[in-house]
Parts: sequence; structure tokens; C-alpha cells
Amino acid sequence: MTEPLIYELSRPGRCAATLPDLDVPRAELPEGLVREDLPLPEVSEPDVVRHYTHLSQMNYGVDVGFYPLGSCTMKYNPKINEEMARLPGFVHLHPYQDEETAQGALCLMYHLQEFLKEIGGFAGISLQPAAGAHGELTGVLMMRAYHLDRGDAGRDVILVPDSAHGTNPATTSMSGLRVIEIPSDERGNVDRGALEAACQEHSGHLVGMMLTNPNTLGLFDEHLEEVTALVHQYGGLMYGDGANMNALLGIARPGDLGFDVLHYNLHKTFSTPHGGGGPGSGPVGASTRLADFLPGPVVAIDRGRSSDEGDFYTFVDLPRSIGRVKSFYGHFGILVRAYTYIRMLGAAGLRRVSEYAVLNANYLMSQIKGTYHVPYERICMHEFVCEGRFADAPDVRALDVAKRLIDYGYHPPTNYFPLIVHEALMIEPTETESKETLDGFAEALLRIADEAHTAPALLHEAPHRAPVRRLDEVRAAKDLILRWQPKQQ
Amino acid sequence: MPYIPHSDGDRKTMLAAIGVRSVEELFEDIPAHARFPELNLPPALSEMEVRWELEMLAGADFTTADGPCFLGAGAYHHFVPAVVDAFLRRGEFYTAYTPYQPEISQGTLQAIFEYQTMICALTGMEASNASHYDGATATAEAVITAINVHRLKRRKVVVSPFVHPEYRAVVRTYTQGMGLTVVGDENSEWARGTDRPGRLMRLTELLDRDTACLIVQYPDFLGRIEDLGSLAEAAHAVGALLVVVADPIALGLLKPPGQFGADVVVGDGQGMGAGLNFGGPYLGFFATRMEHVRRMAGRLVGQTVDAEGQRGFVLTLSTREQHIRREKATSNICTNQGLVALAAAIYMATLGRCGMRRVAELCYHKAHYARQRIGAINGFSVVEDADDGRTPVRYIRPFFKEFIVRCPRPVKEVNDYLLNEWEIIGGYDLGRDYAHLQGHMLLCVTEMNPREEIDMLVEALEEVAS
Repeated sequence: MTEPLIYELSRPGRCAATLPDLDVPRAELPEGLVREDLPLPEVSEPDVVRHYTHLSQMNYGVDVGFYPLGSCTMKYNPKINEEMARLPGFVHLHPYQDEETAQGALCLMYHLQEFLKEIGGFAGISLQPAAGAHGELTGVLMMRAYHLDRGDAGRDVILVPDSAHGTNPATTSMSGLRVIEIPSDERGNVDRGALEAACQEHSGHLVGMMLTNPNTLGLFDEHLEEVTALVHQYGGLMYGDGANMNALLGIARPGDLGFDVLHYNLHKTFSTPHGGGGPGSGPVGASTRLADFLPGPVVAIDRGRSSDEGDFYTFVDLPRSIGRVKSFYGHFGILVRAYTYIRMLGAAGLRRVSEYAVLNANYLMSQIKGTYHVPYERICMHEFVCEGRFADAPDVRALDVAKRLIDYGYHPPTNYFPLIVHEALMIEPTETESKETLDGFAEALLRIADEAHTAPALLHEAPHRAPVRRLDEVRAAKDLILRWQPKQQ
Repeated sequence: MPYIPHSDGDRKTMLAAIGVRSVEELFEDIPAHARFPELNLPPALSEMEVRWELEMLAGADFTTADGPCFLGAGAYHHFVPAVVDAFLRRGEFYTAYTPYQPEISQGTLQAIFEYQTMICALTGMEASNASHYDGATATAEAVITAINVHRLKRRKVVVSPFVHPEYRAVVRTYTQGMGLTVVGDENSEWARGTDRPGRLMRLTELLDRDTACLIVQYPDFLGRIEDLGSLAEAAHAVGALLVVVADPIALGLLKPPGQFGADVVVGDGQGMGAGLNFGGPYLGFFATRMEHVRRMAGRLVGQTVDAEGQRGFVLTLSTREQHIRREKATSNICTNQGLVALAAAIYMATLGRCGMRRVAELCYHKAHYARQRIGAINGFSVVEDADDGRTPVRYIRPFFKEFIVRCPRPVKEVNDYLLNEWEIIGGYDLGRDYAHLQGHMLLCVTEMNPREEIDMLVEALEEVAS
């Protein structure tokens, strides 16, 4: 099944848009500055509609089926969120309008800040960062600025566990800092011996540590408070990668566990849609000593302009801010969705989210662990990692298992991550999936394990039932065709 | 329980399969003193109660749907055809994630490939990535690309004072740990000195062999347009890249930056289907020449074939990216603006060759009509002073959809009057960012302003002046 490119549907003279006639006199066009040609497609509205309908039919989303993509929290995205984000009073609001005309939007942002402070145990929040990695950059720059502000200029080292997302070391480099990798111990925790040695070796240079907890193995570090205490003892700060907050809502607050700064992923934990790769939203929470470094503006109550009729909300910049990290105030449309979700659930509902996310992950692990090796076998949090390989079927790889799952109607788990597990399959079911869905998925995995021994070609050549067969990624990188171009005559 | 399907029976069966007695037992790795905090949040609401609350909040705002809007400055009131949102609501698109599994993500991948093609067409460039968070962060990433092109050997960035003030701020935030110097906009002297014909040529005096790139905006923050060819030549003469921040709606009419010799073209695609949304989510676009493609950040979709030789699309050149290269990656970006890029693609396809040109022309002619009428009001001035304290000459320069107006009263007062007496959303106060432009506002006119609205604005401003 293929769909022509929109350019291949183009016929001269077609246009899908209607526009009003010009109702003012024409002005002279600027000499030498007008383009000669605009090579965009020429299609009708039905062409556009059928084209994108066909494309959507070649896509798999949470609305289509089970999507256990580890570390991405592909939970159900409630429809009410979408409706609320489209309310005219939000959609048509210009970011530079007078604050007086935007009190509804500002009130929502203020309360979302308060909710996120409470959920994470932080003193301050900035809603500005646009995604998780953007929140990381924000947090690491804040840690750097904190040390500089104290006149402590020699610090340039960030500790990152070997199980970390690639964004952690990449963020560190972008911030002009050095990465020191810390190995994991045999139970999947941060190796305390190695951590202590690194702290000593880089004593006086330590900016802090970036830690995902639960980590990318889906495990809560059994010595978390020793880790945070050690880093603090050497003058470092603790950055929390909140990618895995779906395990902790109402279960534990990172701020109470020693984290100084953390980003949330509203598109993971708080049910805002992933959009085929964004837009996400990555608000950053900070402890008292880091809150003044948050990017602004943030929303505050202006007591002077508040009255009995209500509070007046206003934007303020923070005194020692690292500066803004994007234009305007953040992904407001995403903030509306997250606010809606928190209001629907309340404190008890949020705790249930994490309880059932963890229950689902442990249940699914229990159903497959006899067949798929789980290298760090403990009670997991919201996800777990197993190996997609079999001692007696050496040709079969995690990639083959993943592609074969497509034939069974599932989105594959994350594979080849974390890097410390061979042939990793990282599975995150989320709380919104039923027992029957998990049972069906486990059964598919067990049948695939069978096929790996009896009919390995089925796996190597999978998927068989997708819109396209396995794609040649090497060729894409070699030929490098990044746009459509008309055929040379 | 909202969004959780389990029955009590399910829970019991599952706990038994795991081998624990209770859900609480699953959390014993968490320090007991911090386990199960009582969160102080307002009580849960039903869906209808949530709707009432949000409708009340949204209803408290006065928006561009409630009165004529002449505010721009980086966020624009443009029309969004109905087909755009029809597809943003399709679950197959919006509930998917980054297309890591290409065989079941061809919809997203092909749409991005087409988006990349159309961004190249609009900008006159050869390669576009899949998106950045917004125009400001795309500009910051362009700086990092330029630094990487020069293999970290050049440490200086020259930026025009007439690049959006928030974009310049984000460039400084992003690069604060990189040991770069960002110059060109640091004081109002430069702003004054450069504020006349050929003004940007003054920026070129700052270019040297340590300069990684020169950043200018087109149309600039004050709405003005000019030939960028000589800037490209000056940048290239010292081996620096020319980075152009462009308004994609303007590119429906204007010569594309690629034709002037730009090396990187970035900007915000908000005007192409994203709506205003109180500042986001918007769309950072990023396009460059093939020679720099391995230094650029972000996701990139390439064409390939499947095992049966059919055309298909995949994410490519991921060896530049964080999940493969870790600390050596070109950027830390992961999640970007997928759905907003889809909106822009559908917008560009729907408007197409003739529609994009027509929208741009509507903006252009209406803005010129408004400027001419406002310029005729006693007390308001739309001609710029060459405000260097010496030259008594005044200029009218080419502009696109935004222009400067000198007001007879403080901008805040003018805007308050427009809002309170006429329910008009007025212009942007340039005194916020430019000392020499106190008392000046930036007005924006788009295809969304019928002539009656412009005439109403003129009438209102006449009252302000009298």
C-alpha cells in the first residue's frame, strides 16, 4: 500500500483554499524582492482530504491499539482534553495581549504551576520548556548558574548513569559541561562505589548528577537517598529526569527524595497526546535554592491588583533567571490538556494512575519472564526491560521480535535501549490498558518466542501485515533523498 | 475510575500472578518516610464539571475572535482552513509518537517528507528537518549548527538588533555555557546606528574570521524587508554563515532567502495553521543546504524502499542524534513539533502555489492601505526618523505586513483606549525593547482584517489624536 506524494497529485491551476477578494487599493510591490516562482502543490480540497486520510490509515496510534513503547508512557489521551484546548477563549488569544484580557488563561497557568509544585514537592515551576529534553537543558543550565552565582566557577562535571536516556549526556554537552558516566550495579541501581569514586575524583568540579528514577530499567533505585546525599555532600545538585513520573504520582515526591530540579513530561505522565513526535511540554520544578533561576516569565498573583472579586494574575521574571528558553510562555495548548487531566483525577485519581501503571507492568512481566529473560528481575515500577533473544535461536534479534509484533497488531516496545541490556525490549503498558489487552500481548510474545524456534524466517521477514514491508534504513542514509524533486526530463 | 479499566477481580488476579498481596507491596523500594504523600489538590470533577470550569476560564479572556486584532510581533492572526483541524483530530496522527517503527508510521513519515519538501520550496533551500519547538529555539539551533560547521573554532555570533527580541534572548540562554560572544544588538547605539538605509551593512563591520554566523530577520522585527544579497556576500567573505529568520507567510510573496545566498533559514511556522494559542505550541522550521545537513539538529525523514522495492520513508541520519551519539550529538532535541508540522504541511498543501501568494498579497496590500491611512492622521507618524541625532532625513522603507507608528501619546494609553472604547486589540509597544522607539507601536495587518476593521482602527486613532 502506497500513497502518491502530494506533489504527484498536483495539477496546474487547482487550489483548495478560498480567500476573500482584495477590498483595498493595490500597493506597488517591492522592487527586486518579489519571488518568481512558488513550487508548492496545486490540489483540490477533496484531494487534500483523501490524501491525508490515506496517510492516517498508514499510521498506528494509541487510539488504534496497544502501544507499549517503553519510557514514552503511551497512555490513552482523553477526548475532553482535546475539546478544552480548542475553546475559542484559548485558541484565539494572542500572547502579547494585555494581561487584563487574558486572566482566564493566566489563572489556568497559575493553578497548573501550583498543582505541579504539589505533585513533585517543589518550591517553583516554570511552564516554559517545550519538551523533556528542553526541560533538561533548562535544569542543567540552572544548576550551572547556581554554582556561578555563588562564585563557585570551577564546576563543569555532570554525572550520568550508563542507563540514562541519550538526552542526558547530549544536554550536558550543550550546556558546556563534561559527562562522567556512572555504571549500574548488578541490581540495576547506581553503583555506589563508582559514584563515590567519581565524586572524589571530581571533587570541586561537580555540578551535579542527572538521574532518572525510576530508571530506564523501570527500577526504583534502592539506595536513592544515599545517592542524593553523596552528591550533595560533594556540593553537587540532583537533576531528576521526570520521564518516568508515571510511577510516582501520589506515591513519592521527587522534591522529598532529594532532587533539586526536575522536568515533567506532560505528554507522558499527564495524558497530553504525543502528536506523532510532539508538541510535548516539559515544565521544570525547582527546590527553594534553585527556584530563582527558573526561566521566566512565570505566573504570579499581583496582590495590588487583586480584590474581593478575584485574584489578578500577572507574568513575572525571576531575579536570577537563566533567561527565557523559548518565545512566549510555553506550550499553552498542552498546558490546558494537562490541567484538564489533573482536574478530572484529583489526588486520589493520580495515585491510582501510578498504582495501576505499576500493577500492569509487574503483571505483564510475570506473564512473560519465563520465556524472555529479564536481566534485572525485581519488582519493577511502571515498565520493565527484557531481552529479545533466545539462547537456542541465535539468529533472532530483538528487532525481529519487535517487527513480528506488528503482525499481531501491536506497536512494538522500545528496542535496543537501555544500552546496558543486550537486545533490549523495554515495555511500558501504562495504567489505561485492561488485563485482557495485557493477556493478548503476552500471548503474542509467547507465540513469537515459539516461532523464533520453529519458523524464524517469519520473524526475520516481518512485518508481513503492515502497509509496507521492512524498510531499508541503510539505503536511506546513503542515498539521502530528503525532499521530492520533479523528474529531470 | 476515569481511564482505568480494571475491575476489583482483575486487580486480585493480577496481584496473585505477581505474587504480592497488595498494590502497596509493589512500592517497598521507596523510602518509607516519603511513601504515599497526601497531595493537596482540588477534588476530582466529572467531565461536565471540568467542561464548565474550563469554559468559564476561557470565557474570561477577550480574544482576537472578540474584536479586530492589529497585534503581531511574532505571533500572527492568520486564517486556518477547516481541513487542517479535521486531520489534527485524527487519532491515528495525534496519538502516535515519533515514528521509530517506520512500517506502521508511514502516515507521519510521508507527511513530514512532504513538509520538508514544501519548507524547502518556500525558503529556497535544499534540506529541511522535521521541526524545532519554535522560531526562537530554531534560531538558537542554527547558531549551534554554525559553530559545528566551523568545528568549534569560531566563537562569535553577530545578530541584528532587529531579530525578534525573544529569539535573541533564547540564543543567549542556549549558548551561555558554550563560551561564545553574541554581538551586534547589545546596546541602543548599534540599534540607532543601524536604523537607516543600508543599516544592516553596519552589522557587517562586526564580521571577522572568528564569526561563525550572522543572523538577520526577513521581514525584520519591525516589518521591514530588504535585499539580503550584500549581507550574504559579506558573511561569506569571512567564511561565516548567513542565518535568516523568516516569516513563512511573507515568503508566499517575497524572494526566498535561499536565492540571496542564505545558508540556514529558520523561523516560526505558527502562521501556517497553528493558531495563536496564547503563545504555543508553535512550529520552529529549519532549512539549510545539503552540505550542512550532517551538522543540523533534529529529526530528518528520508526516502527509501521496502523489502519488496516499494517506496517508503524512514527517519534518517540518526547518527547525528542524542539517542545514538549521546554527548557528541548535534543537539539534545528528541520530541519536536510533529503535529504542528503536520498542520503546516496541510496548510501549505491546501493553500498551494496560488493560495500562499494570495494570502501574502492580501496581507501586503491591506497593511499598506492601513499605513497610508494612519500616516494621514494628525499626530501619528509612519515615517521613520533616521534617529542618529544628526541626519534630518526621514525614510519610508519596503515592508510586508507590519509597520511602525509613532504615537502622540504613550503606547499603553493608546492601546487601552482602543480596547476599552472600541474593543480593538492594538499594537505592540516597541519601547519594551528599543530605547529609541519609546512611543512607537508595531501594527500588524493580515488577511483577517477586512477593510471595515482597518477603517475602524483609523477612526479610533483619530479620536486618540484629537
